[in-house]
Amino acid sequence: MRRPRRGAALAAVALFWAGALPGAIEPRDFPTAEQDALYHELIEELRCLVCQNQNLAESNAPLAKDLRDEIAAMVTAGKGREEVVAFLVARYGDFVLYRPPLRPDTWLLWAGPFVLLVAGIGALALVLRRRSTAAGAPAPDPGSLERARALLRGSAPDTTEGGPR
Amino acid sequence: MRLGPHLRYGLPLLVFAALAALLWQGLGRDPRLVPSPLVGKPAPAFSLPSLREPSRVVGTDDLRGRVALLNVWASWCTACRQEHPLLMRVAREEKVPIYGLNYKDRREDALRWLDGLGDPYVWSAHDLEGRVGIDWGVYGVPETFVIDRRGVIRYKHIGPIDERAWRERIAPLLAELRREEAAP
Repeated sequence: MRRPRRGAALAAVALFWAGALPGAIEPRDFPTAEQDALYHELIEELRCLVCQNQNLAESNAPLAKDLRDEIAAMVTAGKGREEVVAFLVARYGDFVLYRPPLRPDTWLLWAGPFVLLVAGIGALALVLRRRSTAAGAPAPDPGSLERARALLRGSAPDTTEGGPR
Repeated sequence: MRLGPHLRYGLPLLVFAALAALLWQGLGRDPRLVPSPLVGKPAPAFSLPSLREPSRVVGTDDLRGRVALLNVWASWCTACRQEHPLLMRVAREEKVPIYGLNYKDRREDALRWLDGLGDPYVWSAHDLEGRVGIDWGVYGVPETFVIDRRGVIRYKHIGPIDERAWRERIAPLLAELRREEAAP
């Protein structure tokens, strides 16, 4: 009784992974290889609105399939990359783009990490410089200066106060 | 340049607090609410068979000239069921016509739904393929569009409308649009 059950378990596991594998999307035939490439590039790059962290190529949502059909139809009809992207943005907004456009209201998004990096490097440089100037010029207090002079003269004065034991 | 102890410890704390506040605010947002680029634009034209009378064509032409709601719904959509009593009340008590866009639904299922629960719609257009839904940027049923008398989309509500959304967002907008309508 053990063996068939194990076989069933294996089959279940295999089925589970088969469902998760990419390539679940519908096969399509495009007139040219360029159109095929464009189609795949677009569905990899455009975002599904239903399962928001997947692109159109990965998503199993019915809307993602509809949008793939729509994009395939547009690509077959000879539409270019910009036209397809504009079509989707006009309906669903910039949200569909995994690569947001560079515009006045998105410059912070694009420049933000670099601004932070430059600010961080600046702060680090400031701290390092301050630390090195602080180490180069220790504040001499009168007592230790006096002791140093005495040591240099060779006649050590009373070292009981402040000296290392 | 030497920072005092206040600034020295206070500054990183301040920066942290600002960042935390920013991220905290982001946590409170619903990522499923994607602002529609269609707000402020003319409603995408469509003409589709009516759900009840397949031979009759209904569409955006019927909406012109008055403030209207277009509600996207389907019998397979549980959130639509949740919203439905409110639509029934609005159809009964308010002066705004509600048009339905029945999205990717089988006709018999949709009709059974309307006959069982009540029909708040002036008509429902039957968008079996979901093509009109794509033109309207529909991604999560139910969705409701507020359209002014010139046929411009003024607001889009994503998800079921509850009493609060109606009271605070949609009803005031309708009142404003009606005033606009009254003024020449």
